[in-house]
Amino acid sequence: MIDVLYFAWVRERIGLPRERIETSAPTVRDLIAELTAREERYELAFADLESLRVALDQELSSFDAPLAGVREVAFFPPMTGG
Amino acid sequence: MRLVVQAAPFDLGAEANDFAAGLRGAGAVVTFTGLVRDNGGALSAMEIEHYPGMTERAIGKIMDQARDRWALTDALVIHRFGRLLAREPIMMVATAAAHRADAFAAAEFLMDYLKSRAPFWKKEIGADGPSWVAARDEDEEALKRW
Repeated sequence: MIDVLYFAWVRERIGLPRERIETSAPTVRDLIAELTAREERYELAFADLESLRVALDQELSSFDAPLAGVREVAFFPPMTGG
Repeated sequence: MRLVVQAAPFDLGAEANDFAAGLRGAGAVVTFTGLVRDNGGALSAMEIEHYPGMTERAIGKIMDQARDRWALTDALVIHRFGRLLAREPIMMVATAAAHRADAFAAAEFLMDYLKSRAPFWKKEIGADGPSWVAARDEDEEALKRW
């Protein structure tokens, strides 16, 4: 089980801030493929990976990163702090 | 070093005074404050979303890096989230050092990293409805100078 979190317009497109997912996806990219195959709203949210960022256990990471041992995955647009 | 992530407004003057009053051995204090732009009256409010947990971690890391790179006496970061009205302060950074060069450089470094590496997302509420603020290429580009 893995906690998947969504922020900003990713959250709005998917329609929820977080969910628990049973997955055996080896990488972030595989997890995205699983999600987009599920429903259109995921396809909409993940249509352009260039405009998305991913954090694994609250550290910025990459789409090819392995998910083994990861408890929390977060997807969001580029950050706009400050 | 102090980091505050809060929804409540803060008093810029009081924070700057408290920061300066607590210093020992500093000869320079630099403060920067970011405000909600009103865009000539077109923007009424801003909603700031963040990633609790990662926010504190990411900013803490940035502050540690600043302390490693410059001879800082102290540093402070305050960043708000939630609904903010036009012209309200969003965040502030304060740095203190024996001499101004370190304080200025560290404040700029903190700001550049907060812009693109602290997990906040801004949504502007204007006359045309809400819209997410897009990250700017210049902000990402700015990190390269460090």
